[in-house]
Amino acid sequence: MSEMKKIKNLKEFSTSADRFEGANLLCPGCAHSIIVREVLNATNDDLVLSASTGCLEVCTAVYPYTSWDASWIHIGFENGSTAVAGAEAMYKALKTKGRLKQPDRNPKFVSFAGDGASYDIGFQWISGCMERGHNIMHVVLDNEVYANTGGQRSSSTPIGSSSTTAPAGRVSYGEKKNKKDMVAIMASHNIPYAAQVAPNKWKDMVKKIQHGFAVDGPVFINAVSPCTTEWKFDPKDTMHLTDLSTDSLVFPLYEIIDGHELNITYRPKDVVPVEEYLAAQGRFKHLFKDEYKYLIKEWQERVDAQWAHLNRREEARV
Amino acid sequence: MANTGWNEFEIGAMLRTFEGKIDDIAGTLQEDRAYTQNSSFSASVADWRIEKPVFNKDFCIDCQFCWIYCPDISIISRDKKMIGVDMDHCKGCGICVEVCPTNPKSLLMFSEQADEEAELAQWPAKDKEKK
Repeated sequence: MSEMKKIKNLKEFSTSADRFEGANLLCPGCAHSIIVREVLNATNDDLVLSASTGCLEVCTAVYPYTSWDASWIHIGFENGSTAVAGAEAMYKALKTKGRLKQPDRNPKFVSFAGDGASYDIGFQWISGCMERGHNIMHVVLDNEVYANTGGQRSSSTPIGSSSTTAPAGRVSYGEKKNKKDMVAIMASHNIPYAAQVAPNKWKDMVKKIQHGFAVDGPVFINAVSPCTTEWKFDPKDTMHLTDLSTDSLVFPLYEIIDGHELNITYRPKDVVPVEEYLAAQGRFKHLFKDEYKYLIKEWQERVDAQWAHLNRREEARV
Repeated sequence: MANTGWNEFEIGAMLRTFEGKIDDIAGTLQEDRAYTQNSSFSASVADWRIEKPVFNKDFCIDCQFCWIYCPDISIISRDKKMIGVDMDHCKGCGICVEVCPTNPKSLLMFSEQADEEAELAQWPAKDKEKK
């Protein structure tokens, strides 16, 4: 094992040399690259990366440019995780045979994917990676919509959100199905580590990523990534939106170790009402009409119930 | 090389992001890397900006909030000090200004045409209303 990078505070963290470059084509104020930077800067080891089709992939690899200063591969929408798992299997085989030129370099294998490529299209592939026990990390950049192709609903889109294939209008309030609990699904593969992170809590995030790099086996990370284009808010408010999402407990920050040991890693001092989180985004604008006000109440009840459920799980260690 | 179409390369051709050999990228700062034209570092998105951030050194406390939350790697921090904004890669989103905790803010957005020195000279004073 190579030594873990020591990051005590933000000043120390800021001495990192970024391995993700600017002049990528992500929207101004996109949270994707904030998350990618926090993940890549959490280690000094070599990286083997992949990105499944999505905003991150199409914006960072536009011919003739690449924004990645590490080995990076893109194959298809569904198989970013298996591509990295294959590289990891080859690395392990060559290491066992003693054919690596620099066996002490200890690279880290990370696959990035959006919620479309993880919750829907790549679901089976990720599940396979988790089941086979590859030593990889899968990071989901969860913006709750297919933002790359124009805002179609995904199975991560929450109730009441207006998307291009589930638009709000005269007859509908938009998406009617609740979001899939991906972290719990992945944790039930009994993987060593699954966690939900948010870029505004950088210290919590770096700690979880480093824990993920240190354990032997597949790691699943779900990162909330507010999308200025599809959530419809001003680019400068990205961090404000992330703060609202964690403080309103819509995106609670927690980790699940070995599939059963759940720890809540962030408890907001002042819990913000969900209404405030919804009001900050254009995609929920219609919920504030009189006929849909009941949905906001349901939202709050759902978030409270989920928080109570997490607390009970933490207590019972199941 | 940047003018060559993707279909004009021979099969197996390799485009490199760095000149020569780099052994330890994570330990090499950006100014010490020999980027080629194939790294997006050598491109610019400056023409995306409508507003630009202006950095006022006098009020900066080097908290590095702008560095960690910058989506475009445009806040240049060296030796734990914030030293400026990379205007080739800044898209003008304004996140750095929003997360700046000082009073008055050490980073403010101005229109792209604004004169930096003139704006620095008339920087807003401390706002007593806010804590």
